[in-house]
Amino acid sequence: MRALTLFVAMTLTMFVPAAWAQEEQPVAPYVQSDANAGAQPLTDPAILAAFHGREGIQRIANRTVDLALADPQLGPIFEPFDMVRLRRTLNEHFCYLLGGGCAYTGRDMATSHAGMGVQTRDFNLLVRHLRTAMEEEDVPFPMQNRFLAVLAPMHRDVVNP
Amino acid sequence: MVLGGKLPLTRAVTNIEGGTGAGLATWALIGGNETEDGIGASAFYTAIPLSDYDFSAYGAAVGFYNRVELSYAHQSFDTGSTGALLGIGSGFTFEQDIWGAKVRVLGDALYDQDSWVPQVAVGVQYKQAEHDALITALGGEDDSGVDVYVSATKIFLDQSLVVNVTVRATDANQFGLLGHGGDQEDDHTAQFEVSAGYMLSDRLLVGAEYRTRPDNLGFAEEESYDVFAAYAITDNLTLVAGYVDIGSVATFDNQDGAYLSLQIGF
Repeated sequence: MRALTLFVAMTLTMFVPAAWAQEEQPVAPYVQSDANAGAQPLTDPAILAAFHGREGIQRIANRTVDLALADPQLGPIFEPFDMVRLRRTLNEHFCYLLGGGCAYTGRDMATSHAGMGVQTRDFNLLVRHLRTAMEEEDVPFPMQNRFLAVLAPMHRDVVNP
Repeated sequence: MVLGGKLPLTRAVTNIEGGTGAGLATWALIGGNETEDGIGASAFYTAIPLSDYDFSAYGAAVGFYNRVELSYAHQSFDTGSTGALLGIGSGFTFEQDIWGAKVRVLGDALYDQDSWVPQVAVGVQYKQAEHDALITALGGEDDSGVDVYVSATKIFLDQSLVVNVTVRATDANQFGLLGHGGDQEDDHTAQFEVSAGYMLSDRLLVGAEYRTRPDNLGFAEEESYDVFAAYAITDNLTLVAGYVDIGSVATFDNQDGAYLSLQIGF
């Protein structure tokens, strides 16, 4: 029994994705500021309600990352990076911009995407995955668009910054 | 290799003149599914069975790096049994070829959501009609002509709206099917195309359009209207269905009917 338990534990450890098992890695120092979010937050309480508050936003952010990692085009772009940190900062970013009252502690869009070689098609693929995640969270289409309208101008900082 | 890259419906659809737009109107968007990193293309077939005539068109467009669009369309206007009443023979069909070129000069209709600046494009269309002798007999000056236009398209994403305004300098009679210029007016005049659409989903756009035409010949030409729904069945296949009213055509008033278009894009 003990041997079996050990075997199961070892097997689980082997198959847990590395990113889950890791702690967030330190990055070079930068000035933390909500201004790094790149846009003013939406203030309409109806938006936050449509996204089911902070919990809903967290589900959407995590699901978007899951879908991106599973995407044959986007996965290789994301893989070299710290997914623990990405999940945290993406959630903060969404939460801040949707009026969820979170602070955004990540870097600005141009800095965080510098040298990644993101093209418009990649940007659009991520939008599709975000749409899927919002659909799964039952966010009404017009509310999805109000959020995407805030994110859209970041195209100029994310693509070939 | 990943083909395409534009989001569903953001290449809009191909209008009756072969360029990117909606049903009747030309928009500032560039055709094909490719972004600024590639060359995309689209092809279409459109049928508009009107009250006393049958209109159809087919063609293709190529979009270069989301900057330049080259397009071709062939239009047929079958007078059917109305041809006999007009004295030109039952089943007489007016036809024309339209060669178009469009350049996006500023703005991005989709991404510049923090600005009121629309996507603006300028374009030319060379239209060559058949049946020169009949066009002359009807009072038309030329069987060919050039339209020049400026289009401004803006997606108001936070409102789920897309709006387009186009100003066109043209002397075309019935979109050019009846040649260019006439005994009443021989010069280019400014004509307008206005479209508004509402996104019901990222694959379904419903909208309405209004387009004016010159009044160069002895019989009246009127404004056109349409309402349409464009549905992106897949990223490569779009179906457009609607209702169109192009007013009076060669003394036969109230020409309206269904608008049906099937389009592929890459």
